[in-house]
Amino acid sequence: MTDHAHEPPWIRPGTTLRQVTDDVCGRLEGRPGRLWWGGFLLSLGMLGIGLVSIGYLFLTGIGVWGLNRTVGWAFDITNFVFWVGIGHAGTLISAILLLFRQRWRTSINRSAEAMTIIAVMCAGIFPLIHMGRPWFAYWVFPYPNTRGSLWVNFRSPLLWDVFAIGTYFTISAVFWFVGMIPDLATLRDRAKTGVRKAVYRALALGWTGSTRSWHRHETVCLLLAGLATPLVLSVHSVVSFDFATSVLPGWHATIFPPYFVAGAVFSGFGMVLTLMLVARKVMALEAYITKRHVDVMCKVLLAMGCIVALAYATELYMAWYSGNPYEQFAFRNRLFGPMGWAYGVMVLCNVLVPQALWSRRLRGNLLVVFGISLLVNVGMWFERFVIIAGSLMRDFLPSSWADYAPTLAEIGTLIGSFGLFFTLFLLFCRFVPAIAMSEVKATIAHEAHEAAPADGSPPPNAADRPGARAAEDALAGGAR
Amino acid sequence: MTQRLLLVTFADEHGLLRAVRHLRAEGRPILDVRAPYPVHGLPEAQGLASSRLPWVTLWGGLAGLTVGLLLQAWTSAVDWPLNVGGKPLFSWPAFVPVAFELVVLFAGLATVAAFLLVDRRRAPAPPSLDGLRATDDRFLLALGAEDATYDAANLERSMRDRFGALGAEEVFVEDAS
Repeated sequence: MTDHAHEPPWIRPGTTLRQVTDDVCGRLEGRPGRLWWGGFLLSLGMLGIGLVSIGYLFLTGIGVWGLNRTVGWAFDITNFVFWVGIGHAGTLISAILLLFRQRWRTSINRSAEAMTIIAVMCAGIFPLIHMGRPWFAYWVFPYPNTRGSLWVNFRSPLLWDVFAIGTYFTISAVFWFVGMIPDLATLRDRAKTGVRKAVYRALALGWTGSTRSWHRHETVCLLLAGLATPLVLSVHSVVSFDFATSVLPGWHATIFPPYFVAGAVFSGFGMVLTLMLVARKVMALEAYITKRHVDVMCKVLLAMGCIVALAYATELYMAWYSGNPYEQFAFRNRLFGPMGWAYGVMVLCNVLVPQALWSRRLRGNLLVVFGISLLVNVGMWFERFVIIAGSLMRDFLPSSWADYAPTLAEIGTLIGSFGLFFTLFLLFCRFVPAIAMSEVKATIAHEAHEAAPADGSPPPNAADRPGARAAEDALAGGAR
Repeated sequence: MTQRLLLVTFADEHGLLRAVRHLRAEGRPILDVRAPYPVHGLPEAQGLASSRLPWVTLWGGLAGLTVGLLLQAWTSAVDWPLNVGGKPLFSWPAFVPVAFELVVLFAGLATVAAFLLVDRRRAPAPPSLDGLRATDDRFLLALGAEDATYDAANLERSMRDRFGALGAEEVFVEDAS
């Protein structure tokens, strides 16, 4: 932490403010390339598979899934928890790292936040479609109704979920939009054609860049970050209550809230890495999402992976230490029962594979990092599946034991949720500045400021001398 | 009413910051400063008071807490009391998560609404200054050009030579207010 001067800067030195604007806006103003269209059509196709699967479900009924009386939650809720978890890394980057003043977040926070919002949308589909009668989904809200009024049960964690996910989506979306207002104004000021200009003018809400506005904007962003930080911790805690407040062995565990939050951030960082590595190639953003960014994200991934490993170990230890035969059976079954292979996949992907990231050389090999990030996604999906379906399959009464296998409709819905995710993410890359321009510009100014004493040039308050000013101009864009 | 002002352009934040400090010490009215990113130290240099938005957050949060607790208590214990597993009707620990989420929801939305409302009252300099690259890579300083001591040539020279301004020009704008 003391050696700032010797570390390479986050943004390539000499990058001018103008260049940032051109680099980020230019990508939105040209036509999308072949790679983008290819990805978009593929995503749309996957989304189509999902729509067909959901249409089949709605027309026929919940019986098209492989669920039975014992295993009432499986693919659907696994996907729900998986997608909610993906979102958590975005909030961590945009809110928690903002509070800790981690400047490296500026290059990736916009897209990580977009990932959060889109992932929560994907998550929201699953509780909705598994209701059986999804057209009554609005019954989850406490509104005066003609049934009495029959109110919702505020003591149920499932209802807490409605509030937690609803608040999480709303606040994340608002935070994302407020952070984007200055960049939308940049797009507005650059736009030439009528429609484009009108749309960005409406979205920019009359942003001028006045100091007063910036001052308030910074205050609002800090306040929202302060609110989003406990919020994100609460969201996956509440999701874990869905399981922890039941009596089912394998679900009934006090460790679940922190365990789920750590797992969520872990899986989210896996997805952030996957997306960023793709985005920097497809959108040619190597100058902003540098190898050093990838390196830092790998370290976060490794740290979270170790916490998750500790949680797995604690769970096993507590099962043994509890002396509770049902608990012990649940975990013996988890390791060696019918879903033992899935537990193996989970440990391999979440605990063993990330250990490769201790090596600086492997962290620098983007192909390896990409592979690891994909495996983390797979592993974290299996973690939820093992916990949810694996625990249900073998409960207290052997007479009610049952097995579960997903049907094509369930697999199609999972594919569809990935289709929705990538469709929306690619649209985001096309129409919204994927890199927070104003924040990157502030980082450039900050780094120029920090670099000045190390270079032996005078500090800014002594910058009257012509030489120093020329250097500053070159750094800050005056040369153009 | 038409307003006359002097518009000084800078290429970086350092000259701008020093110019603002200098002008303020001289007592010349600074109408507005615009920058492509939040310049560290500029609000202090301009003498802007710190924002009162945190109070909105506080009141929003308290409103959320009140609504959350009253809604849950009234629906669960008063309007249709239901015995769920023999738990007390006002089982407040079970009401904490929803109350918390509503605190965050109300506080966040109130803060953003207040920000947008306050900021809609336009910045002091009029909108015709948009498009001068202040959202791109230029730093604009708008000075009042109507008091007795105002001397355009002198001021422009001082801005260029002492603070490295790229240029300064007088503009006439329709008063926004």
